[in-house]
Amino acid sequence: MSDTYTLYNPTVMEHFMNPRNMGDIKDADGVGEVGAAACGDIMKISLKIKDGKIEDARFKTFGCGSAIASSSMATELIKGRTIAEAMDFSNQEVVDALGGLPPVKIHCSVLAEEALKAALEDYVKKHPEAAAKAGQAQTVAA
Amino acid sequence: MRHVFLDHQSSTPVLPEVFDAMRPFFTEAFGNPSSLHQHGLRVRDALKKARQQMATLIGADSEEEIFFTSDGTESANLAIKGVAYANERKGKHLVISATEHPSVINSIEFLEKQGWTCTRVGVDAEGVLKLDELRAAITPQTVLVAVHHVNHDIGTIQPMREVGKVCAEKGVPLYVDCEASAGWLPIDVKEFGAALVSFSPHRFYGPKGVGVLYRNKKARIVSMMHGGVQEGGRRAGTENVPAIVGGGVAAEIALTELPKRIAHTAHLQKRLWDGLRSKVTYIKLNGAEPGPKRISTNLNLSTEFIEGEGQLLLCDLNGIAVASGSSCVSKSLKVSHVLSAIGLDHALAQGNIIMTLGMMNTDEDVDYTVETFAKIATKLRGMSPMWDEFERGIIDSIIAPTGRGKSFSQHAADVSGKAAH
Ligand code: FES
Repeated sequence: MSDTYTLYNPTVMEHFMNPRNMGDIKDADGVGEVGAAACGDIMKISLKIKDGKIEDARFKTFGCGSAIASSSMATELIKGRTIAEAMDFSNQEVVDALGGLPPVKIHCSVLAEEALKAALEDYVKKHPEAAAKAGQAQTVAA
Repeated sequence: MRHVFLDHQSSTPVLPEVFDAMRPFFTEAFGNPSSLHQHGLRVRDALKKARQQMATLIGADSEEEIFFTSDGTESANLAIKGVAYANERKGKHLVISATEHPSVINSIEFLEKQGWTCTRVGVDAEGVLKLDELRAAITPQTVLVAVHHVNHDIGTIQPMREVGKVCAEKGVPLYVDCEASAGWLPIDVKEFGAALVSFSPHRFYGPKGVGVLYRNKKARIVSMMHGGVQEGGRRAGTENVPAIVGGGVAAEIALTELPKRIAHTAHLQKRLWDGLRSKVTYIKLNGAEPGPKRISTNLNLSTEFIEGEGQLLLCDLNGIAVASGSSCVSKSLKVSHVLSAIGLDHALAQGNIIMTLGMMNTDEDVDYTVETFAKIATKLRGMSPMWDEFERGIIDSIIAPTGRGKSFSQHAADVSGKAAH
């Protein structure tokens, strides 16, 4: 790759070419699918949650290179986090972990944040008891 | 890895003959054509020769009708604004096609902010200008009609002779942007009935840094660049002599090679499209079928359920250079206005890539591209929630509807809470 010019930095390119956690989870505990109003791209994140923690996260993305890289990175970052922690997740974390995105591509990382939150909401809707716990944890943390 | 350049619409390499012709004008023949001594007179002769070569390429009567600018965008700006300002007292209305190049559209938008009005004439699903709408759009206040010869995105060839006839009937000068056709298709300014024509040598194996504007007596223009009296006072500034000389040679070669170029690219275009449609499911050619309504160099494709930037990136990583009209590759996050104008569904516009062929492409290049692109489509579909949802019958295909599931656009609106533009 050293003599090649790339549109994005090497970390983004790496995640685009070899995305982590690509796919669906059978019997997922929470699924979120969102669309970017700006460009029309679509992202879907599925979660496996056990004992209030994200055990597994998978994505599928119809979108640009940085949307694919963002979803790959986001799913990497949130694995192992508690629901309360994941509720606080921000796209900035994805941008930082990817070593930056071009300004016009920041919304692609927002899409990852939104897909994750939609998946968490889906989970909470199905498991109100977990939500109460997560809420407690959040107050404790705060 | 094989390297396949399939973006000849963006630019082409300079031919060795062209480069050789340019070389002395960087060093020993460095004079300024406005100078009155030997150094100036020598390059002045060279400019005259290049003007003749450009005039011959487009069937112009005299080299005096040829102006040199810095590129196609400057030519378009000069043609549009130059005519508009020159005819301000006559009227402040212009007519263009809806699928013009941004250099034309944005020049028009600049004028609209200053009180001019413009009618954008629609095109049909193949991108062909609606002649009856054109006729109806022209008013006594119209000072210019601008219609491109070949579309820069989808390669549609416009019926220039008919467009020219309408303009002649109405007595309005016609500007024809030939940036996407010059060097690849015959151009005859008289047959087109054109008052202005622009083209750029770097699109047909000449150098960058020079644009050509043809103008005959039917169009009055005022200068946009003020300074010396270069280019008959229409375009001040010292001429880019090496580029102009090289451009002239490129024009001469293009004219003699034209039949060969058309035959070569038409063969590859057919091989590429036949290959892609046999190896990739749910793929669509935007614009007219290869033939008289489409330039032989262009294929504009939409591959369903996957997005264009990802296709472009993976092509590039496999040595294949292509362009895309997807919103994700544009800084404004809007899909190509040409794809919108032909009524293409947003989802298909999102999955768009553009392949433009040239003389260096071979059968092997085409076969490699087909094989590689089929793998790319499979890889991206494997990652796409839309493909999965299509297979599960939740959404339907636009290209080949199965009758199951809702439309992609409806689905996108449902998940984003907003209709796609
Ligand atoms: S998600 Fe729309 S451009 Fe990246």
